[in-house]
Amino acid sequence: MQDLIQHLINGLGLGAIYALIALGYTMVYGVLQMINFAHSDVYMVGAFAAYYAARWFNLESMPGVVSFAILLLAAITGCALLGLLIERFAYRPLRNAPKLNILITAIGVSLLLEYSGQVIFGADPKVFPEVLNNTPLFEMAGVSFKLFDFLVIGVGLVAMAVLHFLIYHTKQGRAMRAVSVNPRVASILGVNVDRTIVFTFVLGSALAGVGSVLVGVKYPKIEPLMGMMIGLKAFVAAVLGGIGNIMGAVLGGLIMGLSEEMVVAYLSSTYRDAVAFGILILILIVRPSGLLGRNQTEKL
Amino acid sequence: MRSKIRAPLLALLIVNVLVMLLGFFTDAYVQLNILFIVVNVLMALSLNLVNGFTGQFSLGHAGFMAVGAYTAVFFVTKIYFAPGLLGLFLIGIYSIAGGLLAALAGYLVGLPSLRLRGDYLAIVTLGFGEIIRVVLLNMEFLGGPRGIAGIPPIPSIQIGSFEISSFYVAFFYASSWAVVCFFSLWRLCYSQYGLSFLGVREDEIAAEAMGVPTTKVKVRAFVLSSFFAGVAGSLMAHFTSYISPASFSFLLSVNAVIMVVLGGMGSLTGSILAAAIITVLPEALRPLQEITGVDLRMVIYALALVLIMIIRPTGLFGDREWPEIWRSWKTTRNLKKQTAAQKQSQSARSSS
Repeated sequence: MQDLIQHLINGLGLGAIYALIALGYTMVYGVLQMINFAHSDVYMVGAFAAYYAARWFNLESMPGVVSFAILLLAAITGCALLGLLIERFAYRPLRNAPKLNILITAIGVSLLLEYSGQVIFGADPKVFPEVLNNTPLFEMAGVSFKLFDFLVIGVGLVAMAVLHFLIYHTKQGRAMRAVSVNPRVASILGVNVDRTIVFTFVLGSALAGVGSVLVGVKYPKIEPLMGMMIGLKAFVAAVLGGIGNIMGAVLGGLIMGLSEEMVVAYLSSTYRDAVAFGILILILIVRPSGLLGRNQTEKL
Repeated sequence: MRSKIRAPLLALLIVNVLVMLLGFFTDAYVQLNILFIVVNVLMALSLNLVNGFTGQFSLGHAGFMAVGAYTAVFFVTKIYFAPGLLGLFLIGIYSIAGGLLAALAGYLVGLPSLRLRGDYLAIVTLGFGEIIRVVLLNMEFLGGPRGIAGIPPIPSIQIGSFEISSFYVAFFYASSWAVVCFFSLWRLCYSQYGLSFLGVREDEIAAEAMGVPTTKVKVRAFVLSSFFAGVAGSLMAHFTSYISPASFSFLLSVNAVIMVVLGGMGSLTGSILAAAIITVLPEALRPLQEITGVDLRMVIYALALVLIMIIRPTGLFGDREWPEIWRSWKTTRNLKKQTAAQKQSQSARSSS
């Protein structure tokens, strides 16, 4: 029982991380109907931006909330800039190209970031600076509830709420929804389509930056290929919840995290990567629109 | 009947004579790369049937190669193997077995997933590729994560006192498969039956309305593609003499996709050219690595993929084949010559 609760908490923490990254996938998919394969590598770059910021300001010697905030800021800035550049130079020239070409470009950008990362940052894993202590907050029935789990889950839920507000209750959000439904008509009605798409990319990438710092403090090993698997799983989470749907991404992320933790705990850790794809294949065959399909909620 | 097998035999003969002549001047390193070109040609051709001709984006080609490779290697190392001509015959049988098992895997994967389109299909095939790899990782009798080492190479053949060295036998064997693959795909794709593939690619709904059973067509393309992928995997196993689940990662699938895209989706001759380029390119870039001190090859790869998509999204050949491109090139050249000649005669007339 004790173990089960511990696994549940761990699973939720893992799931919240998937959810944060899945939000980026789901937003870009909602607006452009494309899988931004490079999203997971934007996340990787965010982790390295925070790593270098920490070394630059020598943050490791003064752990605390301020340092954590600086790391977040660095990661968000780095990711947002990168998202901007990718959109501008890789995806915008192909805006009206066939879907297949865009997909291949996305894979190409992803590989480019991964291998450039290996050249620039080095292929060996680095240790993420320890700026926060994972203090146990309280203990209940022999299970310790730690700070990071709450932090990750809290940030995930807050991000979801903020995004929801942004998309359904602001002007910018309305523009995003309009572009999602029909970019041409939206541009006729005075929406700046390019700017809206850039905004979506920057927002999604910034979320990846937040996720990268949270993962960094929780699992302090970063390397240029760290985004590959987590990105795929986050994408699966987005599909599971119903791609283009904000709530769905978070729900999917939590389910993914829980199921992976359970498989590792009670079956075999070698199958942990197969679980994600098993879930994906099942969901696509049984219910391709995801758990919270499009019928109930509007796209994006 | 005779005329139908004349072209493939001729192609096989020409390729082998060329390589035999080339073989006199080259060392083992170049010879191995020539063999890898043939493997990659098989890989690119088979993927082109699905990605190029049928328009279904598969990212799980490495998984089917793994099935073929592991099947063939299982037979060779665990069941029975003999040197000489008998060995070559056995390798052939085992390759076919590997291909058939890969085709079965392709059928099982394709049947549920080919109802999906575009991005989703890409992700699902990627997922199946990874699942095949994870399952292999957990199969202890196939070496698990350690893989299988010491796979026998293609044997040399003794005819009287004359010995054909392993490389020539291997090349003959591999190129036979490549020729079989190329001609069967060519005749399939450019036949009346093959129009259904193109129909599915161009407009699935219209094809369905014209009475093309789209799901069946897609699954057939997928199964045939998986068969040749399995054969390519078995060849690769013999040439590298070591396989492990890590040899068949997502990157191998991406590599196959790059070849198809570079050559042009829907161009078999383009795939052959692209496979050769992609195989030789990393080797040609080796001096660059020595100068800069870092491995820039994959960076250049990835950059090339993005740039191709932006600058020339149709790839080298588009969906045309070499003869057609050659003819149109000659026509434009002749036209240019004619106009130039006309201008010259005109200016000569006006000056006189």
